[in-house]
Amino acid sequence: MMKHTLALVVAAMLTAAAPAFADITLDVVAQFEIQSPEPSTSGYIFTRMGVAETLTNADPQGTLIPGLATGWHVSEDGLSWTITLRDGVQFHDGTPMTGAAVANALTIARGKPGPLAKTPVTGIASGDGAVVISLSEPFAALPAYLAHYSAQILAPSAYAPDGAGVEVIGTGPYQIIDLAPPLSLKAKAFAGYWGNAPHVPDVSYSAVSRVETRALMAESGEADFVFGLDPASVARLTMTEAATVHSVAIPRTLMIKVNAAHPALSDPQARQALSLAIDRDGIAKAVLRYPEGATQLFPPSVGDWHNDGLAPLSYDPEAARALLSGLGWTAGSDGNLTRDGEPFALTLTTYPDRPELPLVAAVLEQQFRAIGVALTINTTNSSEISSGHADGSLDFGLIARNFGLIPNPVGTVLSDYAPTGDWGAMGWQNEEIVALARAVARGDGGEADRARIAEILQTDLPVIPIAWYRQTLAVAQGVEGTVVDPWERTFGLQDLKLTK
Amino acid sequence: MKTLATRGIQAVMVAVLIGTATFAMMRALPGDAAYRIAAGRYGYDNVDTAAAQAVREELGMGGPALPALLGWLGDLLRLNLGTSLVTGQPVMGEIGHQLGASLALAAVAVLLSLLIGPPLGILAGLRPGGLLDRTLLIVSTGLKAVPQFLMALILILILSVQFRLLPAAGHGEARHFILPALALALGLAAVNARIARDAMARIGAMPFYSFAQWKGLSPRQTLLRHGLRNVAVPLLTYLGLQFVTLVEGVVVVEAIFGWPGIGHALVHAIFSRDVPMVQGTALVLGLSFVLINAAIDIATLRLDPRRTA
Repeated sequence: MMKHTLALVVAAMLTAAAPAFADITLDVVAQFEIQSPEPSTSGYIFTRMGVAETLTNADPQGTLIPGLATGWHVSEDGLSWTITLRDGVQFHDGTPMTGAAVANALTIARGKPGPLAKTPVTGIASGDGAVVISLSEPFAALPAYLAHYSAQILAPSAYAPDGAGVEVIGTGPYQIIDLAPPLSLKAKAFAGYWGNAPHVPDVSYSAVSRVETRALMAESGEADFVFGLDPASVARLTMTEAATVHSVAIPRTLMIKVNAAHPALSDPQARQALSLAIDRDGIAKAVLRYPEGATQLFPPSVGDWHNDGLAPLSYDPEAARALLSGLGWTAGSDGNLTRDGEPFALTLTTYPDRPELPLVAAVLEQQFRAIGVALTINTTNSSEISSGHADGSLDFGLIARNFGLIPNPVGTVLSDYAPTGDWGAMGWQNEEIVALARAVARGDGGEADRARIAEILQTDLPVIPIAWYRQTLAVAQGVEGTVVDPWERTFGLQDLKLTK
Repeated sequence: MKTLATRGIQAVMVAVLIGTATFAMMRALPGDAAYRIAAGRYGYDNVDTAAAQAVREELGMGGPALPALLGWLGDLLRLNLGTSLVTGQPVMGEIGHQLGASLALAAVAVLLSLLIGPPLGILAGLRPGGLLDRTLLIVSTGLKAVPQFLMALILILILSVQFRLLPAAGHGEARHFILPALALALGLAAVNARIARDAMARIGAMPFYSFAQWKGLSPRQTLLRHGLRNVAVPLLTYLGLQFVTLVEGVVVVEAIFGWPGIGHALVHAIFSRDVPMVQGTALVLGLSFVLINAAIDIATLRLDPRRTA
């Protein structure tokens, strides 16, 4: 009897194993978990998978291009934006995308936490094939905010009466056939799509939280599109033939958020000294396996904001010691700095959601120790950065900040440096940068203003940049047409072809 | 009947204790819960004080602890576990989905371990000190010593990456069960095999066993009629204890294989301070422990009538 059961189980295993790689579904694997059909929380998965779309879009250079809107223009006084909607767009439930539906989606989005809630919008009204957005003050960057995933346009029936998302009824090339939070989503091509029909009929999304597993799924050919790879896995995957690793610079910077109100850190020279103590190229090459470290806050991928004229941030521990000794710090016999009996000892808070952050923190602890600054590392929840900012208890935060939350970095500059923000400057005062950033957001500021903003951030160092991120992903053999979107907005599934 | 009543009372006590303990522990954790929930909802790119404030207002947080706990216990009486603070979905529905996935995985793992471990253990126990017995001791010690995390990765490397027989991770089809279940089963089987071996060796050495063969039964008949039932009793009792190992293992294995189970849910709920979700999952795990032990009590009573006396 036992023998028979055993034989049956083995047979079942083998037959079950046989069709493992004979499917034609394009499988995407990433670390992000799906919470619920709620655009403000899980919306980025729906937009990246091509299920939901936004009014405006961004090309790889960050230039705004039409999405569900074909055009947008502002009134003379700058207080009223008219967004012209694309004709003939259908939601996945077959209903047409009307001005009223768009106004409804945007009004609901504005009432939830997200970038749109931080704009000076006073009302959203539907017109004939258009929506009209009124503002309390001119705001030229508004169309870029409409590209954020939380501003995705879903059908009115996608929301409960209280505005909570209950079903993802979008307009994208793929429509959801099975949404199983927290780990999976299946979608098929939508026959009524307004644009070019996708080549691959079926796609799936799986959230896999462990980076080791994701890398092994790429290596075994189990997944076609694998996101969020760590440096060690990338090195390993480049040696296999099962997958190709793509890498592109993205507008995200690894940096130290500094509490400029802390007595030891309030002098810009102290922050410059800490900056000089960091061997950025060493961290980039050894920990992140990038070719180089950051030379300023804005990476070249944010286009207009990167300022080539700035003197690059450099590594010079001798100069760092000299600056600190000029500020009254003296080294004891153990090499640790003290001033008026107070040690130069601070806590660096970071979070493990991005696996490289705790590693970089460990290297920083050594590099700061080399100039006599003692660092205690606290790896915790990402929200400790925000709450430490709010109550002033944070010393340093090691963070990865995205300048491309909306495709116009002025959004991040406004929320982080004009004058402070949860994920930017802390305890820092600079009237000039506030005026400049507001001018740029209004639409009055130009290249000179952006260059001046970059210069202020470089000399005053309210945050200390360390490295510019690259997005790496592994694409299986037999998948053609991969375009990695540096703005992390889309997986580009509708343009992919399967040749296997 | 008496067993069931005892277990029933146990279940109620477990529910109240677990609910209260998890509630107290979650309250005692450092950090502002509204921020943690906001981070769980909106992710590290979007969590800020405004989002935390919105969460605080929406959930009416910051009230005194006692009414909140009493409210949860009251809801529990009506079989209502509340809604998740992070996803806004009913806890009951989420647990139903995740518990199903975990139970299925655990059941396959236990079945696999029973197919692998006890048959080998019994064969080894029939000849204590033989080649099989000595080999099995080494192999099962080795398997038990490998942490499940490492075991899972080794299995993926061999069976998915090297030989491409099985998917490395995922959920939804029968083939997805094999690797995670095997990763759990090998550790369980290592111990199962030892228990079965010791029981078999002990029973094989007893006078009644020799007597059965002396009266003319073949070794096969002796084993089937007098051996298996006796081996089954310690094995079954031990299975109840293994449930703890299994729950532990499920948390690790689910994370590696991307399995949408209750272990995975519990870890995430703790991280983002989703109190109703933590209470709900802990409660369900605690109650299933009681349930499984009750079931095993009944089964051993059936197998070994001497115990009823």
